[in-house]
Amino acid sequence: MATIAQEKPWLSVERKADVTCIKAGGPWHVMSLHWAYEEVEKAGSPNTGSVELDLQAVDKMDTAGALLFFDMISMCDRSGVNVSFSGISDEQRLLLKQVEENYEPCAIEPPRKNSLIKQVEEIGVATVTIVEGFGALLTFLGLVLMRLLRTIMQPRRLRLTALVFQMEHVGLKAIPIVGLISFLIGAVIVNQGAIQLQKFGADVYVIDMLAFSQLRELGILLTAIIVAGRSGSAFTAQIGSMKLREEVDAMEVIGLDPVETLVLPRLIALILILPILTFYADLMGLLGGGLMAWGTLDISPGTFLARLREAADFSTFAVGMIKAPFFAIVIAITGCFEGLNVSGSAESVGLHTTNSVVHSIFLVIVLNAFFAIFFTTVGL
Amino acid sequence: MIKEETGVLSQDDIPAIRIRGLRTQFGLNVIHKDLDLDVRQGEIIGVVGGSGTGKSVLLRTIIGLIKPVEGHIEILGIDRSRLTGEDEETLQQKLGVLFQDGALFGSLTVAQNIQVPLKEHFRIPQKLLDEIAAFKISLVGLPADAGPKYPSELSGGMRKRAGLARALALDPALLFLDEPTAGLDPVGAASFDRVIVELKKAMKLTVFLVTHDLDTLSTVCDRIAVLANKQVIAVGTMDDMLKINHPWVKEYFHGPRSRAAGISAA
Ligand SMILES: Nc1ncnc2c1ncn2[C@@H]1O[C@H](COP(=O)(O)OP(=O)(O)O)[C@@H](O)[C@H]1O
Ligand SMILES: [Mg+2]
Repeated sequence: MATIAQEKPWLSVERKADVTCIKAGGPWHVMSLHWAYEEVEKAGSPNTGSVELDLQAVDKMDTAGALLFFDMISMCDRSGVNVSFSGISDEQRLLLKQVEENYEPCAIEPPRKNSLIKQVEEIGVATVTIVEGFGALLTFLGLVLMRLLRTIMQPRRLRLTALVFQMEHVGLKAIPIVGLISFLIGAVIVNQGAIQLQKFGADVYVIDMLAFSQLRELGILLTAIIVAGRSGSAFTAQIGSMKLREEVDAMEVIGLDPVETLVLPRLIALILILPILTFYADLMGLLGGGLMAWGTLDISPGTFLARLREAADFSTFAVGMIKAPFFAIVIAITGCFEGLNVSGSAESVGLHTTNSVVHSIFLVIVLNAFFAIFFTTVGL
Repeated sequence: MIKEETGVLSQDDIPAIRIRGLRTQFGLNVIHKDLDLDVRQGEIIGVVGGSGTGKSVLLRTIIGLIKPVEGHIEILGIDRSRLTGEDEETLQQKLGVLFQDGALFGSLTVAQNIQVPLKEHFRIPQKLLDEIAAFKISLVGLPADAGPKYPSELSGGMRKRAGLARALALDPALLFLDEPTAGLDPVGAASFDRVIVELKKAMKLTVFLVTHDLDTLSTVCDRIAVLANKQVIAVGTMDDMLKINHPWVKEYFHGPRSRAAGISAA
């Protein structure tokens, strides 16, 4: 098999007065096409007289080889040179005929735009997409809240099984990762904070720092980010693949409201679960910090607790907790919204899942900044 | 068939595909057991069978995507399991496959899709690549403006044609089609059938065609192979099929749909 590939196609050109005799031989197929192409380039094409093309010695020809011959012939035709064949088999004639019938050039890529225009256009499109996307998200939020209201008025509409299932997946299964991350972050804050505060001889204030950052900001923020990455993305992928398989359309036709069946259980589950996870994250963060303080700074658990009670009061804890349901809404709405926007191909699921995570983390952080300003203004 | 095995084989007598004692299984789930099949060169063989009888698995086994547990498969007289590296690649280049939904690469245009196998295996100047792509596009009956389009911009029927054009990129000796007309409207399916018959004539293709379409079976296929009970239980022409006394085969070829396709008399 390998030997066939090494045999080369060839052309020999012989000029007799007016007639140019071109003999071709060897394999003229796709495997040896680049050699054949070189031969054709080398031979050139006469622009006067006539050409006699002898294909006797061609031992294998496929459509690619026929295409190359046809190129030669049409080049001759264009310069008014008449081509006649000799030694051509029926099979070769059939191939050439087929090529002739289908010799219709086509573009390979869509036309490219001028790069400056293209860039300006891209910026414009991106801007419009963002604005429209945000508008659509707000509309969706409104729709979902209305459905939520209806469900609260008529609690029997609530899909309890779906809700419990989602709570398990969003909450229970997130316990290990949320706990571990909060524990480690708490420990690191104490460890790093102590190094800085020691310079002022104020080690013990590391507990104030831990309490403030963990309870007000980090506990809820980290939990929200983990949940956005774990569950927001899952919401998008689940709903997105249902969308692809036309399950969502089927629901609508049957008379099931997709918002009520798909979105509300996820939204309510997250609103209920995120505060609980945050509370748990706060505890684990304080535990990590407390153990680190005990181990490296010799602050005993008793001292730690006493200092903690002085440093933070209920409002510190409440500031963090109050944010939880809002972040839950942001994550659930973004995740479900992206899922319902999936269309076309599996690629779209991937794209929207990425969007879902990026957008919900972004929105959570922005919202958190607004909360910080708000709480400072009202003096909490 | 026996004559072919005992007589002196000339090049054309070698079956395009020869399967002996094939066994495939997934875990404990046996799909084929002791399956024999010969496909002659230059014929279009239609493979039928109930859903889940392993038609697609058979196709994927022949083209080398699934390894058989037992038995051997010869393609153009060559036993694939004895091949290595470069020779296997050369054999693979003789096979063209059209997957169920075309399996076109979504990030490339139709024309670029056709050029992928050409670019991967050979050094061909860009100008020729473009000519070959344009030729194959016209050959499968796509309009020239389909060339620069992305698969997502095409209808299902056009995607199948584009997939066929890519399968034909290297002028394969064997073409494998998995339910090519499933999901096409009858007009589209009939014109797809015509394309296959024309291509077979012009390019001397051997075609292995998995199908449920009775129209395709009766208008396109030279022979039909029936897959049931993990084996090929019958091979022959449409007339042979009508005489076979097997419950599924009878139901299939004498059913109301078959009557509608004008195969068997009521
Ligand atoms: N990759 C796989 N893993 C496990 N089982 C498979 C796989 N592919 C197919 N099967 C099983 O093989 C059987 C035959 O499948 P298939 O060849 O696709 O049927 P059909 O004749 O409808 O094309 C089915 O029962 C299917 O469940
Ligand atoms: Mg199948």
